[in-house]
Amino acid sequence: MIGVISYLVFFATVASILSIAVLGLNLQWGNTGLFNGGVVAFFGAGAYGTLILGGTPQAGQLGGFGLPYLLALLGGMVCAGIVAWIVGLLTIRLRHDYLAIATFGVAVAFETVMRNTDALGGAQGIRGFERPLRETLGNGFTYNLAFFAFVLILLIATYLFLERLIQSPFGRLLRAIREDETAAQSLGKSPSRVRLTSFVAGSVIMGLAGGLYATFYAFISPQDVLPILTFQIWAMLIVGGAGNNKGAVMGTFLIWAAWTASGWALSRFAPLEVQLYTGSIQFVLIGFVIVGMLLWRPQGLFPEKLVVSQSAKNK
Amino acid sequence: MIQNLVDGVLVGSILSLGAIGLTMAMHMLRFANFSHAELLSIGAYAALVFDGLFGAIHPALAEAIPPLSLTWSLTLALLLSMALTGLSAVAVDKLVFKRVRAKGGELSMVFASFGVAMIIRNILGLIFGLNPKLYSQDIVFAIVVSRDPFLLIKPDQVFTLVAALLIMFILHLVLSRTTFGYSLRAVAENPTLAQVSGINLSRMVVLIWLIGGGLAAAAGVFYGLTNQISPVLGRDLVLPIFAATIVGGIGSIYGAVLGGFLVGLASNLALVILPSGYSPAVPFLIILAVLILRPHGLFGEERT
Repeated sequence: MIGVISYLVFFATVASILSIAVLGLNLQWGNTGLFNGGVVAFFGAGAYGTLILGGTPQAGQLGGFGLPYLLALLGGMVCAGIVAWIVGLLTIRLRHDYLAIATFGVAVAFETVMRNTDALGGAQGIRGFERPLRETLGNGFTYNLAFFAFVLILLIATYLFLERLIQSPFGRLLRAIREDETAAQSLGKSPSRVRLTSFVAGSVIMGLAGGLYATFYAFISPQDVLPILTFQIWAMLIVGGAGNNKGAVMGTFLIWAAWTASGWALSRFAPLEVQLYTGSIQFVLIGFVIVGMLLWRPQGLFPEKLVVSQSAKNK
Repeated sequence: MIQNLVDGVLVGSILSLGAIGLTMAMHMLRFANFSHAELLSIGAYAALVFDGLFGAIHPALAEAIPPLSLTWSLTLALLLSMALTGLSAVAVDKLVFKRVRAKGGELSMVFASFGVAMIIRNILGLIFGLNPKLYSQDIVFAIVVSRDPFLLIKPDQVFTLVAALLIMFILHLVLSRTTFGYSLRAVAENPTLAQVSGINLSRMVVLIWLIGGGLAAAAGVFYGLTNQISPVLGRDLVLPIFAATIVGGIGSIYGAVLGGFLVGLASNLALVILPSGYSPAVPFLIILAVLILRPHGLFGEERT
């Protein structure tokens, strides 16, 4: 029984962390219409940033600054923001394909650099990170429960922040630009600046998710920032419903459950020679889920509630 | 250094072939097709299957054409594979892209192409296994062209370069000399006006996929001939090919050719100063450089 509960806590922690990343993507894609093909780069920047800033010194490695945890987490988010700002600045004015390609490229470059630079952990990744409050809470179930609570608070905070944001004039501006850029421009708005703000903000949220993920495992390696993670995060948003924060969170739990369940089922029931291909089978399945959703229910399970105008809403 | 230059040109010709189809589809259908590089994989594996078939039908076909490791059966397989890959590109468009297009969202297309790439890549892995394969088990020794500066070239590489250039030249003739070429350029210029002039748009889309798929298959086979075939071939080439289209300017076929060679050269020259592990990141640096210096590429037009 305790095993089941502790697994559920583990599952819910990871799913909640991923939910934060999906919420960040929802701000970019769902609310602003920006295609981010390299979610892992921003997730990874947050993760590496947090561990490098908050970790203990390791021989031959950059970092080990041992900053207080919350400061390190914040630093990771800043790292993600800086990467996003550079990529966004160069591409956001151009037609949308450029952003898609450049973000995809930054993810490939990020993984390559992390894998090959020993000062950044190399292929072995970054170790030597002390999880915060470990001495008081120990290493076991209590710690995981406390960490889950921490993640959950941050997820709720992110959710409420984004809900407030999209209700605010800024959120209206985002939707206005998404729907008709020229019209927004004719009203004196600057679409490229607003889009850049949204892109950076979304990436900072992904960085927060990455920082939490790295804290949870007290470890990050290039293996954690493979392109498939971008794809999974996208699948969660598309299935949940782009533009709807509630849908984004629901989609995350749904897809993550399906992903872990299919992995478990394949390792449990599939013959040994098939198990080598577990990853491939899962990728094909998730590929079909995505394409199927786009074909038959592009608005997702929980579609965005479209508001025609404030006055219509208040009627 | 010289070796890097020569290798760069050889890789560049392969990237060019891939980039031509990508830039055409991207220009006409207005979306970044992340599954284009998977057409190279389809082409490479299709040729592998046909090659085996022809070799089994007539042993004489399986003989290598000296000094190449290329066999007659692989040459035939290349042509068949180009046709088959072109058809599969059309099929993917019919099954997925066309329907997503009909629902609106240009951007959904980008994501759909992500999904398609994922499906194709992993199905190829499931069918052919995750280990790399080769067209020929024979070891072909590289010819020492000169000792100082040291330069090694494999006969297959020379063949690849010549064949790629020949294919591009044929495409050039088609584009500049035939009615089809004119219609294609008209559609690229202004789809609505082209339709008014009696060009069937959906037929042009089919033709673009056929050509793009065919060229991608050739690129895939040439890549397999000079390197190896593996299910991650598409994953490894998607970024360099995108870089080539951005360097050339999205929509420009001649730009894509030049872009392919430039990216091939730059990636190989980068190995002079960078450890080889970093080479997957080089196309991204090229993209960044182009976006800073000349956002619309060498021959691209300003259009949002």
